[in-house]
Amino acid sequence: MKKIFPILAALTALLLAYGFYQAMWVAPTERTMGDVQRIFYYHVPSAWTAFCLFFTNLFASVIYLIRKNPKADALAVASAEVGVVFCTIVLVTGPIWARPVWGIWWTWDVRLTTTLVLWLIYVSYLVLRRFSDSAQTPVLAAVLAIFGALDVPLVYFSIWFFRTQHPQPVMGNGGSLDPRMLHAFLINLFAFSCFGAIVCWWRYRLEREQREVEELEALESLRGVSR
Amino acid sequence: MTSLRSITIATLIKDIRLEWRSRDAINAMLFFSLLVVVIFSFSFDPNAEESREIAGGLIWVAFLFAAIVALNQTWARELRNQVLDAYRVSPAPPNALFLAKAFGNFILVTILEAVMAPLFVVFYNLRAVGPAWQLIPLAVLGTWALVVNGTFFAAMSLRTRSREIMLPLLLFPISIPAVQSMVEATRIILSGDGSARFWIVLLLTYDVVFTTACLGLFGTILQAE
Repeated sequence: MKKIFPILAALTALLLAYGFYQAMWVAPTERTMGDVQRIFYYHVPSAWTAFCLFFTNLFASVIYLIRKNPKADALAVASAEVGVVFCTIVLVTGPIWARPVWGIWWTWDVRLTTTLVLWLIYVSYLVLRRFSDSAQTPVLAAVLAIFGALDVPLVYFSIWFFRTQHPQPVMGNGGSLDPRMLHAFLINLFAFSCFGAIVCWWRYRLEREQREVEELEALESLRGVSR
Repeated sequence: MTSLRSITIATLIKDIRLEWRSRDAINAMLFFSLLVVVIFSFSFDPNAEESREIAGGLIWVAFLFAAIVALNQTWARELRNQVLDAYRVSPAPPNALFLAKAFGNFILVTILEAVMAPLFVVFYNLRAVGPAWQLIPLAVLGTWALVVNGTFFAAMSLRTRSREIMLPLLLFPISIPAVQSMVEATRIILSGDGSARFWIVLLLTYDVVFTTACLGLFGTILQAE
């Protein structure tokens, strides 16, 4: 598995470079928004990747609570950390786009607020993992992930009650989208998914190796005591 | 079922008796929220119309902060003399302990609200334009929403370093929809524009969802070793 990593990493880098070229030069400039619209090719794929990673985290947490498998916990750590990074990208690129287009940096709209609350929940998840260094940390963290997942639909409904301002997804309703734009978007979506998956995978390996080292060190010190 | 009920009631009565003798938590909470009320009314100084708009937010934020005081000491008492460990090895159902603690906190926060709400009315010259009776079910549902998750997360943060700080960090993000419902419903009832039904139903849903989740997962938290 270790040998495939450089190859996969190189492929992902190529894909990201191709996606960048498509987004910056090939895709036409949007008529009303201008060049700032190009941020869309990074904003949406990041959001997609972050949500996939948070979903992976929930899945791994549930598996951990049922099976108590340390691999599931390592996957939960990795996906939460990488997910928070991608979610941060979403929350930073959004206002950069919104300021020239909407005239405001931020608004309490459904998608914005839900993403922000999701980000807050996962930051508190990482804080919990950091502040608790006992053997029960994985259980506590997994329980918190389930609570967070229950919370998100409620946040969505509470904000949905107000009118939403976020642009509706443009895919699928009529041919208003230039095919070159769609192409650039899909390339970037795929490239970011690969990027997220590979970073998460690497973080997972790191976590597993770190735990192995800790176990070996604990064993070593026990051996020292018995001698 | 009878054991669940009798153990819940026994634990609840024990907690209330302990609180009645020391009155630590309730005094701290009352004084704390009094300070919050005074500081808020210095910093805003609103007229009657404005205060109807902002009072919902101020009241619930004050209660939320004050509730943290009670929630933080919920489990601290059980850590002394390893009471919690004794509970863990006893055959008593974990949910009885959780329910007793949650009800105990509910009673404390309700007393706090009953004392502080008139003060808010006095300081902010509040007079409800909408149906004021709706504030009672709203207060019951809102208080339960705060204490049920608060009690649960207090039990979770027992296992962490600097747990007093940890509780609000865990509780606040999860409580966002509940706090928003309470604030919006209170604002609508006080200013009388529209119906607060959506927010009360949302709060009820929140209560049902998280009470179920807490009861389902508390055993896991208690036994996590």
